Amino acid sequence: MVRVYISSVIEAGADAVWARIRDFNALPLWHPAIADSRIENTQPSDRVGCIRHFHTRDGGMIRERLLALSDYDYSCTYEILESPMGVENYVATLKLTPVTDGNRSFAEWSAEFDCAEGRENELTQLIGQGVFQAGFDALKRHFTRR
Amino acid sequence: MLQKVVRSTVIDAPIDRVWAVIRDFNSHDRWHDVVAESRIEGGEKSDQVGCVRSFSLKDGNRIREQLLTLDDREYRSTYCIVEATVPLQRYVATVTLKPVTDGNRTFWHWESTFATPHGMERELRDMVAQGVYEAGFENLRLHLRQGGDLQTGRPGTAASAMPTALPLPTRRIVVHAYGGPEQLQPENAEAPPPGEGEVRIRQRAIGINYLDIYLRQGRIPALLPLPGVPGMEAAGSVLDTGIGVHGLLPGDRVAYLGPRPGAYCSVRTVPAAWVVRLPPAVEDDVAAALLLKGITADVLLRDVARVRRGTRLLVHAAAGGVGLVLCAWARALGATVIGTVSSEAKARMAREHGCEQVIVTRDYRFADAVQRLGGAEVIVDGLGDAAASENLAALARCGHWISLGQASGGLQPVSPDALVAKSASFSRPVVFDYVATPALLQERAQRVWDALADGTIRPPVIERHALDAAAEAHARLESRATIGPLVLVA
Repeated sequence: MVRVYISSVIEAGADAVWARIRDFNALPLWHPAIADSRIENTQPSDRVGCIRHFHTRDGGMIRERLLALSDYDYSCTYEILESPMGVENYVATLKLTPVTDGNRSFAEWSAEFDCAEGRENELTQLIGQGVFQAGFDALKRHFTRR
Repeated sequence: MLQKVVRSTVIDAPIDRVWAVIRDFNSHDRWHDVVAESRIEGGEKSDQVGCVRSFSLKDGNRIREQLLTLDDREYRSTYCIVEATVPLQRYVATVTLKPVTDGNRTFWHWESTFATPHGMERELRDMVAQGVYEAGFENLRLHLRQGGDLQTGRPGTAASAMPTALPLPTRRIVVHAYGGPEQLQPENAEAPPPGEGEVRIRQRAIGINYLDIYLRQGRIPALLPLPGVPGMEAAGSVLDTGIGVHGLLPGDRVAYLGPRPGAYCSVRTVPAAWVVRLPPAVEDDVAAALLLKGITADVLLRDVARVRRGTRLLVHAAAGGVGLVLCAWARALGATVIGTVSSEAKARMAREHGCEQVIVTRDYRFADAVQRLGGAEVIVDGLGDAAASENLAALARCGHWISLGQASGGLQPVSPDALVAKSASFSRPVVFDYVATPALLQERAQRVWDALADGTIRPPVIERHALDAAAEAHARLESRATIGPLVLVA
């Protein structure tokens, strides 16, 4: 089992950041690596169990199922059903925690998965930096620009 | 109704540094301004789950708190009040740290629930939130900024050193007056129990280096004040460890090298940062014969000279302890290795270890021969003064002269004019500066063991002497009669 953990501090309150990332179908609106997204079977995007079907900017298709959503904990957990990355049993959680000292949020994005032997470092780099850190960087840019 | 207080902040320090302070349940009087005194009741350790700390606050209040959870994996500590002169009831608090990977900082979350007498809710909530948590954030920031956490703790506070550890008898070789080999005198002495960050080692094999001879002769008195014990490296097994030592247990096979001499003994206490664990395949005497010499070769070839395919490298004393490793390793890197030796027997040995062009010379004359081969792009020089002008003459244009030792006598200053004539460089590296952190030391040692395992360097043919016969060993090394490394066996 490989584990990836990335965390950051975003200069905005948890409510404001959560409003931007809560929508399971909103990745293209805030994550620079995602080109488009839709929810399968016309389900609402905050229904636990719904599946988002999206494409990365480099053309890869990914399907992910929402496993847990908590407005109380500002957290969202999902699994990968289909992707070109070559990962198995991939479950990820994106979570915010308010920093009471200043109007800031502590953001954590973690994932656990299995993969072919020898690909651990490559995938840790791709997911940790290419996906999670890139998403946080975009949020940091968005919330400092305003 | 149960009150809940949550406060959090971001500290500009790596999580392990913050956690080292927080996890010590008895640390608050060193960093939190409201706490006047702290002690752990019943003589327990401050990281013993269940221990009780007794606080005297600066405002005169007293609080006793019990540690309920200590979690080094999740960086979490939970505790409750068992008795207090402030009316906080059923108070349970949790401190959680999380790493901010984006910037190597620390997110610190502090929360609690408690009950209060009617009408005091607000007052007590503010006291906990601002007086304790928010003030604590600021106080800890200041504490870290001032380096308060880097000073060694009070005796007997956190964990104390093993109380049963006693000095152990050791046999050692002492220099009372600088001079010849006869100044190396065996004595009985004691090796102290390991202090914080130290490890005590039962040594079985001690590496002899030319540096030991300089120390005995008094050529570097600052490094070996009298009386002094020479020796920079040894191998053996761990007897015991002091507090704060991780990853080493009694019985582990280890070797070490350090910037302070003292290795000529049977039992020695050294900083754990000097120590590397030995792979099963590497015997004690091989480790003692190769650790410093192999790392010296690694430093010279990789970092100082940056030897690569085709580099013409001149190695003096090519059949010596360092010379043989240099020849073999440089050859494996694709260098053209030229060596100087003082006898035909040594020439054969050097050739066997990869030295392609061997020059036999007893009078430090080699420059013409080296120039006929194109000149030396890199010279590794342990000869010193007697060979200085020959070395300059042997250098190729833009060559690099690395002075590693001065067996024939201290080197006179090298004039910039002499260097400019060939655009040459001169360096005087000290290996210990290249293994200044444990991580660097481990990395370099591992490369030596790997090179030994894959045949890049050969198992050395070791000349062994008993520890008590250190004087004979030095006399042999100085006579220039030895081939390969010398080791003292304890």
